[in-house]
Amino acid sequence: MRLMWNQLKKAAKPLLWAMPLLLLPILAYADDATAESNATAINTVWTLVAAFLVFFMQAGFAMVETGLTRAKNSCNILMKNLMDFCVGSIAYWAVGFGIMFGADAMGLFGTNGFFLSAADPTTGDGLWQFAYWMFQVVFAATAATIVSGAMAERTKFSAYLFYTFFISLIIYPIVGHWIWGGGWLSKMGMVDFAGSTVVHSVGGWAAMVGAIMVGPRIGKYNPDGSSNSIPGHNLPLAALGVFILWFGWFGFNPGSTTAGTNLSIATIAVTTNLAAAAGAITAMLTVWMMFGKPDTSMTLNGALAGLVAITAPCASVSPLSAVLIGAIAGVIVVMSVNFFEHTLKIDDPVGAISVHAVCGAWGTLAVGLFAQEVYGTASGLSHGNGLFFGGGLHLLMVELIGVIAVFAWTVAGSAVVFGAAKMLTGLRADDEEQIKGLDIGEHGMEAYAGFEIFVTD
Amino acid sequence: MKLITAFIQPHKLTAVKDALQAADVTKMSVTNALGCGQQQGYLETYRGVKHRINLLKKVRLDIAVNDNYVDKALEAIIESAKSGKIGDGKIFVTDLAQCIRIRTGERGHKAIG
Repeated sequence: MRLMWNQLKKAAKPLLWAMPLLLLPILAYADDATAESNATAINTVWTLVAAFLVFFMQAGFAMVETGLTRAKNSCNILMKNLMDFCVGSIAYWAVGFGIMFGADAMGLFGTNGFFLSAADPTTGDGLWQFAYWMFQVVFAATAATIVSGAMAERTKFSAYLFYTFFISLIIYPIVGHWIWGGGWLSKMGMVDFAGSTVVHSVGGWAAMVGAIMVGPRIGKYNPDGSSNSIPGHNLPLAALGVFILWFGWFGFNPGSTTAGTNLSIATIAVTTNLAAAAGAITAMLTVWMMFGKPDTSMTLNGALAGLVAITAPCASVSPLSAVLIGAIAGVIVVMSVNFFEHTLKIDDPVGAISVHAVCGAWGTLAVGLFAQEVYGTASGLSHGNGLFFGGGLHLLMVELIGVIAVFAWTVAGSAVVFGAAKMLTGLRADDEEQIKGLDIGEHGMEAYAGFEIFVTD
Repeated sequence: MKLITAFIQPHKLTAVKDALQAADVTKMSVTNALGCGQQQGYLETYRGVKHRINLLKKVRLDIAVNDNYVDKALEAIIESAKSGKIGDGKIFVTDLAQCIRIRTGERGHKAIG
């Protein structure tokens, strides 16, 4: 052994001497690279990696929604999750991106950059546009895909396709322009770093309008108004989906710097994770106290609630604030699910309205309460302190105006789109099709061919 | 004592259950069943290829009743399971020789009620 080692050392000696020579071509190349071009490269890579993570959230949504609904509707919910990304990508490329980030008109919408016309493959800035579009399109698709869960198990497939085209074409991009694209809310100083309102509330409020207009699933409510539980058929899939979403959120929030040179991506990752953890814990404790058992599906919702809530304030708050924001979201989501189920009697099979709309609104308001200038500055944001850190009510009021404005626009816009879908194709699958399952009725196939599945409720 | 065996459309189960409840018949066994009758199945497509599903999904109800409940139960099932379309199902009524409740050892009509 000893001998061999010596031989190796001897043989390696010339190689060691030659090492600096090997570095020469790299050094020569590095001479051309400037600090600026390296920064562009780092930012492009970071933004694209984050975009790919957010894309994977589509898989997360698909699994959550499939798992929390019945086996007989699995093909249908998978198709909705697939097609809202595909249809949304095309709509957002053609029109949505231009409305969101084009030259501002009256603070309301953008007016150019349709069909990615601002992207130019010959310049560095032009190439950056491609990366930026990729990052934005996966966000648009996230807003769109939230709706399928709330309307699951009873919505006609063609009506859903119609709706999903328009949310990515106009409903989402308008809100995006107001808050991220230089529109009136951003001029007022509204802070929604990664989109508690822009993405999640838009998806959530649209989901609420859809769920109201399509009505509850057959068998959900009894004639006396009491509700029946309709358990999901695969909790392991739902749990996998939540883990995938949590993973994807590490692209969603830290990626929203769209700059890998911005080291606050580390704090954002920390606040994101802490809020999710706190949300899951408090949701579990709340449901445990209220109903006697730590309900799995509700705890999964709690993790998502924490994630949605921290999405707006993730770059503006301390880790302790993040824990509080997530913890409150975990309580809110349980209360909200009960409120929608028993008081408003809106049938939301996966809790999408509570998780995305309600906790999205909470997270946005939390910026006005918990924001600290020192964290915001580190992330490249210019906002003052929130109410709890001596900044007064100003930021909270701005956030509140944003929440209300986005609620009003989204509810009005999606009511028009769903109304049109109702006239064109009808919104609701008929009773017999619902009972047999939308897989057979809409797609002519079964998700679990060869398995024995009770199709009786 | 009679044993009523009914094969019905799966999507009629809730309605049949409710109708039986209204007729004071509250005990039943329900199983998934596959079967074919006059209707020659239906077509599914998978990746563009058609295939005929010959055995249709049905739900089987087994209900043991005392003689004075037979007509009420049958009426409830027929009323609630009938759509008038092919595939509504069939009901068989057979004599029941014995019925024993395992917990108490009771036999006969006491064990049914």
